[in-house]
Amino acid sequence: MTSRLLCQITGFLTIIIALTALPFFVGPYTITLMIGMLGYVALAIAWAMFSGPTRYVSLATVAFFGIGAYACAVFNESLPYPLLLLVAGLIGLAVALVVGLATLRLAGVYFVIFTFGLAELVRQLVTWFEVNITGTLGRYIFLPVTPEGIYWQLLALSAFAFAISWLIGRSRLGLALKVIGEDEVVAAHCGIAIARIKLALFALSAVIMTLVGAIQAPRWTYVEPSIAFNPTISFLTLIMALLGGANRLMGPIMGAVPLFLLFEWLSANFPNHYSIILGLVFITIVFVLPNGVLDFVEKGLTHRITAAAKPAEVQK
Amino acid sequence: MSALLEVSGLSRRFGGLLAVNDVSFSVGQGAIVGLLGPNGSGKTTVLNMISGHLLPSGGDISLHGKRISGLGASRISKHGVARTFQLVRALPSLTVVENVTVALAFGRQKLWGVAARERAMGFLDQVGLAHRADHLAEDLTYIDQKRMELARALAADPELLLLDEWLAGLNPTELQSGIGLIRSLGSSGITILMVEHVMEAIRALCSQCVIMNAGVKIADAPTADALSDPAVITAYLGEQHA
Ligand SMILES: Nc1ncnc2c1ncn2[C@@H]1O[C@H](COP(=O)(O)OP(=O)(O)OP(=O)(O)O)[C@@H](O)[C@H]1O
Ligand SMILES: [Mg+2]
Repeated sequence: MTSRLLCQITGFLTIIIALTALPFFVGPYTITLMIGMLGYVALAIAWAMFSGPTRYVSLATVAFFGIGAYACAVFNESLPYPLLLLVAGLIGLAVALVVGLATLRLAGVYFVIFTFGLAELVRQLVTWFEVNITGTLGRYIFLPVTPEGIYWQLLALSAFAFAISWLIGRSRLGLALKVIGEDEVVAAHCGIAIARIKLALFALSAVIMTLVGAIQAPRWTYVEPSIAFNPTISFLTLIMALLGGANRLMGPIMGAVPLFLLFEWLSANFPNHYSIILGLVFITIVFVLPNGVLDFVEKGLTHRITAAAKPAEVQK
Repeated sequence: MSALLEVSGLSRRFGGLLAVNDVSFSVGQGAIVGLLGPNGSGKTTVLNMISGHLLPSGGDISLHGKRISGLGASRISKHGVARTFQLVRALPSLTVVENVTVALAFGRQKLWGVAARERAMGFLDQVGLAHRADHLAEDLTYIDQKRMELARALAADPELLLLDEWLAGLNPTELQSGIGLIRSLGSSGITILMVEHVMEAIRALCSQCVIMNAGVKIADAPTADALSDPAVITAYLGEQHA
């Protein structure tokens, strides 16, 4: 048990070290690709952190991502960089707490619709504010961050999100989340403070999403609401987490990496049919692999193993 | 005997239906009390209000003299109320021992890790399920799931245990061991309020019975007196005695 744990931690650290060294061996194209990929890895992990166990399907990802990106655009000239990230994170946290208090009592499809609406609402508010109060629509971001710097920050954020998910999975909080996902009535009767736990997880997940936006924003140089609050980001995150399996530690990563590469390839080769193909992929995943690829593979394997084991038992 | 649970003027309305209508009774510390009545008379609804699953439309519930009505189920559980459900609520994709551990981890004891597992195994042993500890709850038979649910309720370290037809569906041998188990819980100091239709169990276990009909309390007396009450015989026992 402990030796297995040691193996896992060693494996995790080896991968992180290898990825940290990557910029010294590859060109700018790969770094750009990796920035996009790590952004989605962090988003998918953050999404699954809350939505996996609670089964609350959130489309608010881009609301927080966009808040992070916009916070970066608004404060990039007035705040030193580390403080900028802190302020962005705090704004994300504040919005998440307000939204969470208002919505986490909504069930099922109402929550989905509300979170989708929230992203639109934030976008419209920002647009209105920029047009009517500040008199600009777009903003420029001039920050002395290199692509490698962005890459390393996203790597650190992804590693942090992964480690947090791992810790949660082994803690009482993880058990509480599982129970809430299974049966809220039992959860309440066992003494679990459901509302508080959901709110805490929602906020944690939202802060990570906000930071992804804030860290990635300097890549754009120019930001406007339609870029920062593009709803495709919410949908992609959701598909990635579902493809890998939102209830597994490795699930979001196993979904984010291949799907990100697939979508990169699609948008390069079929720019006009991109949305249609995206929709088809989405439908396929929901119908064919409702519990994610990992679950599918695992079930297939155990099926085969038991099928193979049975005749042997009979012979005995 | 001082009262542990005090229910006064309790009512619950579902739309136009008054499912529980001005019900008052009390349960003494350490007693085993039966809550009886024909189908649909409001027994489960009373338990639901005591455990915090439903909010009362009117009336008060207090435990040790402290008002608990109006609190949510998770707060009430911290006051020492635990229950089983008429239709079992297992956590199907958790193992049997995990199901019990949940009550230890978030209940009044806050146990976790090896200590929690050991305690959970103790409760499983008490209900005769220790040998299935690492099976998934969904793989248990319905009766075994009921056992598991009782172990989970016990793991919450209750002062007041609410049982909703926990003995229903047992065969004669299982019924005898079930009665023995509840009696041993009573002698260990847990106060029990049990909804039950099995007369044999009620006569064997309950010192006092509260009897409801159509949401109203129609009797509240020592068991033998309550069961021979003419109003009770007409409303509830008649069908069985005829
Ligand atoms: N959540 C609910 N919503 C609407 N009506 C309800 C609800 N719960 C119970 N009722 C109604 O309230 C009445 C009392 O139901 P309750 O389940 O308390 O009866 P009971 O005495 O436990 O019956 P049984 O012996 O069949 O379990 C019934 O008419 C039932 O249909
Ligand atoms: Mg009932």
